[in-house]
Amino acid sequence: MADHLLETPLTEAAVRQLRLEDTVRINGAIFGIRDATQIRIFDEGVEPPADLRGAVCLHTAPGVRKLPGGRYEKISIGTTTSTRMDRFVPGLLERYGVRAIVGKGGLLQGSIDAMQRLGGVYLAIVGGAAALETLQIEEIEQVWWEDLMPECLWKFRVRDFGPLIVAIDSRGQSLYQQVQRQVAERIQGLG
Amino acid sequence: MTESGMADAIYDLVEQTGRDLYIKALKDIPADVREALASGLEAEKRDGNRTAEQVMFTILENIRTADRLDMLVCQDTGTPVFKVRIGSRLRIDVARLEAALRRSCERATREHPLRSNSVHPLTRKHTGTNTGEGIPIVKLQFVPDSDGLEIQMAPKGSGSENMSFLKMLNPAEGIQGIKRFVLECIFESGAQPCPPMIVGIGLGGTSDLAMNLAKEASTFRKVGSSNPDQEVAALERELLDKVNRTGLGPQGLGGATTALAVNIEWAHTHITQNPVAVNIQCWRGERAAATISAEGKVTFHG
Repeated sequence: MADHLLETPLTEAAVRQLRLEDTVRINGAIFGIRDATQIRIFDEGVEPPADLRGAVCLHTAPGVRKLPGGRYEKISIGTTTSTRMDRFVPGLLERYGVRAIVGKGGLLQGSIDAMQRLGGVYLAIVGGAAALETLQIEEIEQVWWEDLMPECLWKFRVRDFGPLIVAIDSRGQSLYQQVQRQVAERIQGLG
Repeated sequence: MTESGMADAIYDLVEQTGRDLYIKALKDIPADVREALASGLEAEKRDGNRTAEQVMFTILENIRTADRLDMLVCQDTGTPVFKVRIGSRLRIDVARLEAALRRSCERATREHPLRSNSVHPLTRKHTGTNTGEGIPIVKLQFVPDSDGLEIQMAPKGSGSENMSFLKMLNPAEGIQGIKRFVLECIFESGAQPCPPMIVGIGLGGTSDLAMNLAKEASTFRKVGSSNPDQEVAALERELLDKVNRTGLGPQGLGGATTALAVNIEWAHTHITQNPVAVNIQCWRGERAAATISAEGKVTFHG
């Protein structure tokens, strides 16, 4: 279980070195995406207006305040459940070159396979720990698709963003699946 | 104050108190929840589970950070739920009380500001106010021989609310069926409701009453409290032990701390029914309460 400090954009090699239960912190820029953002990209066929090659995407819809002049001030930025947006993950990796998803709750088999094939990882953040997360986001750098508020496409500048736990690696391993298999076995004996 | 003066002032007090409770519940984690989380960290340390320890440490560090910097603990400002206990001697217009609580949510959302979550179920159009048709949820209880007014508030988070379950078991499936169903719900929920969770269980009643009881158990009961019925309390203890022995752990990444509490509320049911409802609350265990005395004095408590 190693600790890593990674700079964005991420390379394939940086991602493929990560093992389950390693911890990761990120410096650089990360993108905020949620249900409506990805419905626009994948279901409505609108190309994302930002370069997502090597990107780290965070499943979030931040609480913000709009300042005079159009910039946004962060109020509370936290993480939402990833499984709801599982079906978009293979497309993010394959079509746009995304390397890491940061979320809570994990992803399903199709995404695990895509991460193995294309070189991607799922980094678990502690869900609900938004006060820390908000502090680690230095500023809201850019916002696209404001009509989807708060599910816009966001670009955040981050410093020491984490600790994130490698919960799906690029070798087809999922910590969630390992734990769920164990839970299923134990429930047989407990029920 | 004249009687009619007081009569009007109470709705302003309810509005202001409801607004303050909404914000307090999002920032200030109840003492019983903090204590249970701290015990969870100790348990993971004893087990030498580094990942689970890291998660529990981060949760507690986040709560301290929110305290220190007056920040929201979690970005999910939830669905506002109020439980209002009205003294039977209090002369109050319940329709105006509900309207005041609605305004309290609108004010908290605008003045803090808070992210609004309330959308139409078909068009998904935002109201922008954290209120809407049927929202906030206001539950009324009436207390005999009292002239007090107590407002409990919970901004129920959605990751855990999405993990809600109901099963109308057969009476022949008995207590065994209840236990098996609860464990299946924990398995199904997995990492999604932000464990360590508070498991609320509603037993008996009808389908709707069982769900209501489960919400009461997950959201308004204190962690560490027991149901006054001895047999029900014994089932709470047994299920808490079993849920924690599943090994699901903090954030579903494995460990000893899957639940902070298993709370059961119950009602009598029809002889041909055995309803079991499960509603999950996330580790934040968000809630706040205040009483308003007949003289108009507001006191906030856990």
